[in-house]
Amino acid sequence: MMYFSRMKTTIILAVCLLGVLLGVPNLFPAPASWVPWRTVHLGLDLRGGSYLLLEVDMKAVIKERLDSLMDGVRQDLRTAQIFYQSLDSQPDQNRIVLRLRDASKTDDAVAALRPLISPDPNTGQPDMSVSSNPDGTITLTLSPAALSRRASGAVEQSIEIIRRRIDETGVVDPQITRQGESRIVVQLPGVGDPDRIKQLIGKTAHMTFRLVDETANPNGGGVPPPGDDYLVLQDRPGEKIAVRKRIDVDGADLTDARAGTSPETGDWVVNFTFNSVGARRFGDVSRANVNHRFAIVLDDKVISAPVIREAITGGRGQISGNFTADSANDLAVLLRAGALPAPLTVVEQRSVGPELGAASIRAGALSLAAGFVFVIAFMGIFYGLFGWLANLALVVNLFLMLGIMSLLQATLTLPGMAGILLTLGMAVDANILINERIREEQKLGRPPLAALEHGFSRAYSTIFDSNATAFLAHVMLFVFGSGPVRGFAVTITVGIATSLFTAWMLTRLLVSRWYVANRPKLLPV
Amino acid sequence: MFIKPRFRLVPDGTRIKFMRGRYLGLIVSAILSTASVIMFFYPGLNLGIDFSGGVVMQVRTDGPADFAQIHTALAAAHVPDQGLQRFGDASEVLIRLGAQPTEAATQAAVAQVRTALEQGVPGSRIERTDAVGASVSAELFRNGLLALLISLLMILVYIWFRFEWQFAVGAVVTLVLDITKAIGFLALTRIDFDLVMVAAILTILGYSTNDKVVVYDRVRENLRKYKSMPLRELIDLSINETLNRTLGTSMTVFLASLPLALFGGESISGFAWVMLFGIVVGTSSSIFIAAPILLFLGEHRLRRDAAPPAPAKAPPAKATTAPRT
Repeated sequence: MMYFSRMKTTIILAVCLLGVLLGVPNLFPAPASWVPWRTVHLGLDLRGGSYLLLEVDMKAVIKERLDSLMDGVRQDLRTAQIFYQSLDSQPDQNRIVLRLRDASKTDDAVAALRPLISPDPNTGQPDMSVSSNPDGTITLTLSPAALSRRASGAVEQSIEIIRRRIDETGVVDPQITRQGESRIVVQLPGVGDPDRIKQLIGKTAHMTFRLVDETANPNGGGVPPPGDDYLVLQDRPGEKIAVRKRIDVDGADLTDARAGTSPETGDWVVNFTFNSVGARRFGDVSRANVNHRFAIVLDDKVISAPVIREAITGGRGQISGNFTADSANDLAVLLRAGALPAPLTVVEQRSVGPELGAASIRAGALSLAAGFVFVIAFMGIFYGLFGWLANLALVVNLFLMLGIMSLLQATLTLPGMAGILLTLGMAVDANILINERIREEQKLGRPPLAALEHGFSRAYSTIFDSNATAFLAHVMLFVFGSGPVRGFAVTITVGIATSLFTAWMLTRLLVSRWYVANRPKLLPV
Repeated sequence: MFIKPRFRLVPDGTRIKFMRGRYLGLIVSAILSTASVIMFFYPGLNLGIDFSGGVVMQVRTDGPADFAQIHTALAAAHVPDQGLQRFGDASEVLIRLGAQPTEAATQAAVAQVRTALEQGVPGSRIERTDAVGASVSAELFRNGLLALLISLLMILVYIWFRFEWQFAVGAVVTLVLDITKAIGFLALTRIDFDLVMVAAILTILGYSTNDKVVVYDRVRENLRKYKSMPLRELIDLSINETLNRTLGTSMTVFLASLPLALFGGESISGFAWVMLFGIVVGTSSSIFIAAPILLFLGEHRLRRDAAPPAPAKAPPAKATTAPRT
């Protein structure tokens, strides 16, 4: 127990040295750029920043899928000359139900609708089923697998678009990751007030160009005529305008959008460019509708509805609509980044300003220093030499913790700093156990070496059992916790591991070296 | 002066008859835990927004905060049911909004407060914004509870596996009593119960188990060593033998947590106070609760089980009663 081979000694000291080397970068700035200088990541609560948890509206994803499916159904049945009595989507059950006027055509209808089924690109499974029911209705049910693939795709696509939008704002080092089925975590270091970013990611930014139905009377109340929507004007929320449901050109066909000022009026506008498909369609529509109004619709609000003066064939256009420099710029950003596949809602926000973060670091560091001094003083006073050896091990332990956390690129949070302190308090427990044991063994009349041998070996199982349970509790905390609390769990679990090493290996080595050098008649315990 | 220990917490050869006070210990603990459970229901815990949902904004004002001014500004912006609270020094204010009906309403409320402060309280800065929607808070609560229950279960299984079932039951019952007292402490002090508090309780759990394991470990060892000593004396002996360590470790952990409570800042000091309370409770419960329970459960059985040369595991028929207890 007290014998250390040269090999073992070297390994223990090497691990300690490595730990110190890995831990040191946390205390000083890098001396030169070529030196590998890995430090612990500071959590957003310490460095200041924002954490946003976004939820992708899966109902909207399903609804949109069903809507486009309904379009397909209408078209197919029209081509097959089959007439239906009713056609409804039931988003709760992921299906569309239709009832034919002539029930005898059910088989024909089912056959006509079959081509709408497409196989999954990976598994080859059909993405929905078409079936006729005894009560004469036909249902098209989307398969759960296809839906979850679509939902997953929507989340991935949203992440990509959010990234593009945030990149435009100049936030350094944003982290955008998926969480679970339908959630996205956005971490924005240094952003204490994420208001603008929330506005940017809170918009679907689906832009469409549609013709205005000049015959309808949207402000007289009543339901819009078939094929029309009554949409509000962005600038005058009280006023509605009748817009055709048919989308002539989609915002997805934009290749660029930039904020600028109009040469004639000096107002802020957004200039945009279409790709070739968009340019051709825009040209066709504008040519056929000279002197009619068309509406630029963003997320079901009409930004503007100018009258077409002449055919617009160059694929370029301009949106004007009471913009300020900021709002024109934001719209340009949104149009460039593309539309989100589904609306996003912020379900959790945690923002900390940089000042508060710095104050937390100061408070944490002060507590850490004070706690460290207290523990060291206690050990020195109550356990003498062996206490000081334990203190040396404690310092190494602190470096090892920092080193491992830097290596793992773990995040240090304010609760994490509390975790370090608690670990320091708990780490000396192993030394206390060992020292008490050695003292007892010596009291029983064992000579020094035997007392050390027995002391260490008997304390071992106690140390192991008592740490194992604490370890288990904190692993659970990591699994079920979130955010800063996870940081706490990480520091404690790392701390338990390193303190086992320093108490069990390093102190034992130090004690053994001290014994060999001094050969005392009585141990100072 | 660095060689010899300066002080001892407890002189060697101390033989306090702790088990004499076992009824007193259990009764005091039962009273405290019952009071805690009552306080859990009335007045109840002060749920932090992690679990209740809602908005908390920490605002720093130029000079001492003028509550009336902030109130007026918020009322003018139609911010729903706000509560103001001083936080740390005089120029820091905590604005709390209760849970909002929808996620969108939560976000809208944040924006409302923001504009209200911009317009009505010049020079104010929002230093922290926490907004938690209803779905997330329910989830966080469930996860916190799950972490707690699974930890307890794992501790039960671990101690059962390493010791006898009497030890496991004794430890887990004591831990449950410890946790109820910590919750009573939270209810009494009105400290916000949030995720960090779950972490504190889990840490108390880890610390308290650690303490029980050390005493139990000594009991197990002495059971093998002194084959004929009555369990009551044996437990007393084991507690006394480990008393220096028990007090020593609780002092180091206490000393390590104390600065956090004093200088750690408003957002972490609640955690530290709960920890300090938990250390005291966890240490005393090892002696006054866990040990007596072991005595009651093991008075006849542990001795008989320990009689064969190898320390036998409890027979399965008995063992199955453990989880139900």
